[in-house]
Amino acid sequence: MSEMRRVTAICNGTAIDHIPSGNALQVLKMLRLDVGRSNPISMVMNVPSGKMGRKDVLKIEDRELNQEELDRLALIAPKASVAIIRNYRVAEKRTIELGSELVNIVRCSFSNCITQNSREPLPHKLKIISSEPMEIRCSYCGRHQNVDEMVEFII
Amino acid sequence: MGDLITMDDLTNEEILQILDDANILLPVARGELYLPLLQGKVLGNLFFENSTRTRMSFETAMKRLGGEVLNLSSIGSSVAKGETLYDTMQMVDGYSDIAVIRHPNQGAAQYSADAVDIPILNAGDGAGNHPTQTMLDLFTIREAHGTLEGLNVMMVGDLRYGRTTHSLSHALMRFGAKLTLVSPKSLKMPTEIVSDLKSHGGDINETIDMASSIDSADVIYMTRIQKERFPDEEEYNKVAGIYKLTAGDLGNAKSGMIVMHPLPRVNELDSSVDSTKHAKYFQQAFNGVPTRMALLCRGLSVNVPRKVK
Repeated sequence: MSEMRRVTAICNGTAIDHIPSGNALQVLKMLRLDVGRSNPISMVMNVPSGKMGRKDVLKIEDRELNQEELDRLALIAPKASVAIIRNYRVAEKRTIELGSELVNIVRCSFSNCITQNSREPLPHKLKIISSEPMEIRCSYCGRHQNVDEMVEFII
Repeated sequence: MGDLITMDDLTNEEILQILDDANILLPVARGELYLPLLQGKVLGNLFFENSTRTRMSFETAMKRLGGEVLNLSSIGSSVAKGETLYDTMQMVDGYSDIAVIRHPNQGAAQYSADAVDIPILNAGDGAGNHPTQTMLDLFTIREAHGTLEGLNVMMVGDLRYGRTTHSLSHALMRFGAKLTLVSPKSLKMPTEIVSDLKSHGGDINETIDMASSIDSADVIYMTRIQKERFPDEEEYNKVAGIYKLTAGDLGNAKSGMIVMHPLPRVNELDSSVDSTKHAKYFQQAFNGVPTRMALLCRGLSVNVPRKVK
């Protein structure tokens, strides 16, 4: 765990380990933690990992991620491990599971999709066709979603 | 559920069953026999985008089976006042037993099906799917060749925006067709569709050359380059008129080869083809009636008798 020593242990909050190398900034964006927050966040990128070769790690102080937020994470870091830290101890371990459908997390990116009308009340739904490689389509219009660009379409 | 949103809603067996039903209903479609299977039922015909054949053939189909039709077009209705599709569908759900929807936005048919309980038949959503057209195309192909299995099918023209060819290529693939996709580079079939077709074991050849494949084709499916789907006129002018099929091109065609076109046509299909034995596009347009009759019956869970007369 030498890479964990690069940042100090946190008292309370969430540690996200095993983020694919280089994706930590995207993870922050997807969790909407990149702007307008005052809690301290530590980030290490491209550190050696036995499992992954290289990985990113995030430690978010004073913030416990809930399941809905974890669903967001599944899109770009499906194999990340999440630990909820309370009083310097791992209080809970949460695994991220990519479900079969993403409901009201990301909107379809296709400009002519019926869901582009913000007044339409039904939920935004994206179907997970496969996780490796990640293939996601809009449940309504069927369009392929570019996973790298999905962060722009978070609801 | 009797929804038909994409061809994936039907198994191959169901497709063949619907085509059999349509075949039985031919005399009813021609008006030679009145068979009020859908008496007392109301069809909501919802066209948020222009249509001639689809709209009229659904209306004829419903009326020939004894049902009633409500027509809605977006012009002059509450849709023009900014009503959401969701709200419009709640109203239609109260007024009709089944609805046909054409809409400029992709995904509108599935969205409608999620919004209401009545069965929804997709009559074209943007550049998405048009499965009832596919069913009448399959009916026409089977009528001519006696089978859907293993045919050589050429699709020509706007394969990017042409929803007709998207649905039809999926369906034909499931019956082992060999597809030759002929289009200018800018109007190629979308890559996700081609990769889908290939992942299902499809035998696909993409080319810009129409002439070299004509002689080996069992079906030539022409499509119009759709001006209304181009972002600007300059882009349209670059590719308009690139293909034109004339009677002279068909000299060495197989004798049973058929020429199809979802219509309307502009210049891509010359009227000289009309008088050849290959021309099947007007028959294809008529076939919309028996096929849509069979689909309305399926949607409303009404069995078509095995024999009429």
